[in-house]
Amino acid sequence: MDISNFLLMRQEIMLLSIVLLLIIAEIFIPNDKKSSIVHFAIFLFGIHTILGFVELSEGSLFGGSFQTTKLVYFFKNVLNVGVLIVLLQSADWIQEKVVNENKGSEFFILLFSSLLGMYFMISAGDFLMFYIGLELGTLPVAALAAYETSKRISSESGIKFILSAALASGTALFGVSLLYATSGSIFFADITTITASNLTILGFVLFFSGLAFKISIVPFHFWTADVYEGAPISVSSYLSVISKGAAVFILMILLFTVLKPLMHIWENMIYGLTIATMVIGNLFALRQQNMKRFLAFSSIAQAGFILLGIISGTQLGATTAIYFVLVYIFSNLAAFGVVQAISLQTGKENMDDYNGLYRTNPKLSLVMMLALFSLAGIPPVAGFFGKFFLFTSAASEGYYLLVFIAAANATISLYYYLLVVRAMFIRKNDNPIPFFNSKIYMRLGLIVSVIGIFVLGLYSPLYDYIFELNGFLNQ
Amino acid sequence: MNINYIILVPLIPLAVFLLLGIFSHKIKPAVSGLIGVGGLLSSTILSFYAAYQYFFIYGKVDGVFQTFVEKTTWMNFTDTLHIDMGILIDPISVMMLVVVSTISLMVHIYSNGYMKGDEGFTKFFAYLSLFSFSMFGLVLATNLFQIYIFWELVGVSSYLLIGYYYTKSSAIAASKKAFIVTRFADLGFLIGILIIGYYTGTYDFIDLNNPEGNAILSWAATSFMGMSVITWALILIFVGGAGKSAMFPLHIWLPDAMEGPTPVSALIHAATMVVAGCYLVARLFPMYYFVDDGFALHIVAYVGAFSSLFAAVIAITQTDIKRVLAFSTMSQIGYMMFALGVSGYGGHEGVGYMASMFHLFTHAMFKALLFLCAGSVIHAVHSNELKDMGGLRKYMPITNITFLIAALAIAGVPPFAGFWSKDEILVAAFHHDKLIYYVGLLVAGLTAFYMFRLYFGIFWSKDTKYDHTPHESPMSMSIPLMILAFLSITVGFIPFSEFVTADRMGFEAHLNYPLAAVAVGVGAVGIILSWIFYKKENDLAQKFANFFGVFYKWTSNKFYFDEIYLFVTKKIIFNLIAAPIAKFDKKIVDGTMEGIGNKTVLLSQKIKGLQSGRVQDYALFFVGGIVVITMVFIYMWK
Repeated sequence: MDISNFLLMRQEIMLLSIVLLLIIAEIFIPNDKKSSIVHFAIFLFGIHTILGFVELSEGSLFGGSFQTTKLVYFFKNVLNVGVLIVLLQSADWIQEKVVNENKGSEFFILLFSSLLGMYFMISAGDFLMFYIGLELGTLPVAALAAYETSKRISSESGIKFILSAALASGTALFGVSLLYATSGSIFFADITTITASNLTILGFVLFFSGLAFKISIVPFHFWTADVYEGAPISVSSYLSVISKGAAVFILMILLFTVLKPLMHIWENMIYGLTIATMVIGNLFALRQQNMKRFLAFSSIAQAGFILLGIISGTQLGATTAIYFVLVYIFSNLAAFGVVQAISLQTGKENMDDYNGLYRTNPKLSLVMMLALFSLAGIPPVAGFFGKFFLFTSAASEGYYLLVFIAAANATISLYYYLLVVRAMFIRKNDNPIPFFNSKIYMRLGLIVSVIGIFVLGLYSPLYDYIFELNGFLNQ
Repeated sequence: MNINYIILVPLIPLAVFLLLGIFSHKIKPAVSGLIGVGGLLSSTILSFYAAYQYFFIYGKVDGVFQTFVEKTTWMNFTDTLHIDMGILIDPISVMMLVVVSTISLMVHIYSNGYMKGDEGFTKFFAYLSLFSFSMFGLVLATNLFQIYIFWELVGVSSYLLIGYYYTKSSAIAASKKAFIVTRFADLGFLIGILIIGYYTGTYDFIDLNNPEGNAILSWAATSFMGMSVITWALILIFVGGAGKSAMFPLHIWLPDAMEGPTPVSALIHAATMVVAGCYLVARLFPMYYFVDDGFALHIVAYVGAFSSLFAAVIAITQTDIKRVLAFSTMSQIGYMMFALGVSGYGGHEGVGYMASMFHLFTHAMFKALLFLCAGSVIHAVHSNELKDMGGLRKYMPITNITFLIAALAIAGVPPFAGFWSKDEILVAAFHHDKLIYYVGLLVAGLTAFYMFRLYFGIFWSKDTKYDHTPHESPMSMSIPLMILAFLSITVGFIPFSEFVTADRMGFEAHLNYPLAAVAVGVGAVGIILSWIFYKKENDLAQKFANFFGVFYKWTSNKFYFDEIYLFVTKKIIFNLIAAPIAKFDKKIVDGTMEGIGNKTVLLSQKIKGLQSGRVQDYALFFVGGIVVITMVFIYMWK
């Protein structure tokens, strides 16, 4: 094996180097300048993100355990951009709250380790690599969720996450072993003739539940709201977009390739879960007061929409699902960013606290409104196109009833998104959140998200590009 | 014909919106008003120039009005289906440009006076510009996808405008209701679009509407539940249109939307957004007509006719002057809808289509005028209720005269604009569907009745004592009134059938004298009845008595006749028919929609116990979920 083959792992190697660099930097940076670690980490990760766009060849390593294609690169780049925005939005929080407790570099190290796990998970060529990636992607997040050790709710969130995650990866592993037992191989490439025996179905469902946990599909979603509410906002937003996005990507790849022979099974299963996820997410979101919980249930409902693209099992479906995830990442990050900015300045996280926000902070309110309109699917922001395309792909496979239910749910979701808009723009408040200026990183994070919300919708070549990347699904 | 410059018509308001929206805190109100009016004025000039060029110079080739399209492919959605963005110029889009720009300009000018001193003045003009942009975009759309985008945008901006009075909780509720009810209707539209896209492979209006095209010829290829899928799609698209155009039973948001500022009602709820549904059906008219022998078009006709009657009856009972106008709008749009519904395609057969568009055009003028007059009145007496008004003609002469002109126009009195278009509609109905014709005739009478009830109630009737003397509105408000009044008199003389027809060929329409006479007679009866009941004793009674001398003597000499009429109208029509229908509307139709909403919230409360906060429970659900799913799959789908 040529040493240059390792270049296929360039993204992973670079991220690992960043982690190591941060550990070293932690030692050498004097105590009174600890906050500079934030600039250093963001700078390094920024470079990493930019370099990620340099094209690389496709191929596989370690006898097929690790494989990479243009689509996988694309996924990793999407995750990078998402993480970069998360970092920008949380920089102020880390500088003000975390660095003082001398835990600044750990935050980045844990976050990047988790991202590294996601990389391996979506690059996996067999179930073993997949499982290692899944675990590496999950465990550091539990530590991150419990990061605010002074807050009881944060510890609770951490423990809830680790317990639920342990259960989920346990079942996933059991599922993998059953799939191995029936197919005789853990390599995706070798599993070609998988048949629908009872054991396979059980294995598949167990395996699926592990990923469904990360995507927050009903009934594997219960941890979501509690963890989002308790964890630091940066971590919630990481969980809601990056962790979920990565899980969707690998789930889709697996369903469309290895598990394609089981399509008649998972098609029906996803049909039911799509409806359940959208409906339950929406019904719970209707009544939330805490913005983090609100966004948690909204993200569950959005997961239902993502499934709508997956169900059709076609190139069109995959494209629309990926496109929707992209849109969702930017929209959700913008929403979380505003919540983060306000929470950092005032410590307020309830919807009522947002009353009259437009009077005092018009720009933040506009960002929030655009983000919520995008999540609700209102033109001309990207969310509209995302939803429309999803509906088209599902309708083209004849799922009219499902599209109708989904569209009805989109309308219900409009109701609760408007609750927030109403609070900000229409409701009065004698004691509104006072005017404040966010710092440069936060502004940058919000600006990038908003640009994303518009550009994704209006810049169509991106869609064409994703469509091309999915060409292999047509085989 | 070079049509590139027409793209500026929507783009200028968009630029104004961005300018005012971003710098809303830095621009002085007077300046922002000027920017708003200036922007819209340039759009209006461009629209009129485009109309002149299209209708009189370049548009007609060999006797047929051509369609001009300028577009780019925005996205190749699949191998076959692509989405374009662009502008489409044909008779109805040019006509709509003229309507939207004229009314919007008038409302912009009027708002300068009406909203003066309001603390959100700049924001208001920003929203107005956003709305104008969306509406222009809707009108110029080249395909279904594009029209849907602007369709939703129009909804967003109307949400913002209705909810503008955020100090009033009823305004907030109304704006949400309007947004969500129309969004529910848009579900139908959306699914209709998806079906059309899938089965015809195109969203483009030109391809869809080509009578020899694939989309129309192969309508029978696939059927669903005994009906062609394309027919289903057209019905679903009409559901979307019915939502925006407030057709029964999706009309419930319109009366509530009257909570918004009155200029907004004039712009959105009288002349532009609410007629989008008619425009949509007209836009796809060849499809509606040819597919399935016009089955979907029959639905349009009957929904329109029913809504028209339903709303006219309710309008009689309302005491809030803006609500009367809201129901009146619904009724008149019903008129336009059934006119489309009874229309044929070519030549004189297509008189319904022509009449519908004609009525859309004239109605925009006089209904906007009515709303603006109402705004002027509300501005003066600070109330929407009829009981707080009366005798205002002495204080507000301009408003009085212009309101009278508008009322005469809507009542179909010659030679005012409404007479000409209404006559054509009744002619079309008479030749195609007698039932609808009689409904239309009845509605014409009712319209005259409730409109003059309103007129007399506001300007005549009793001499109300006002806390402070009402005064005529400022020039910025009365000038638009006068311009619109002038238009309400004159636009009826436009030979519309030469310009806007279903097959683009133009024909010569003649006044059908017997039918016109009947319609005018029915209108006159309505006016006279309301005169008797609502004008009451006053000094000008004698002048009117001389004017309508014969009728007046006849009725006043026969005292008991009056009583019988009072009995019939007040006791029977009012209490036994109109009031129950109004109640039905409020309780059942409105209630069902609200019930769905409330049930959803209730359900949400019921299931909150599931999210207990205990990890053990979560694990239980997790494992339970796996077990159930596995069981279901092993026993059902294996």
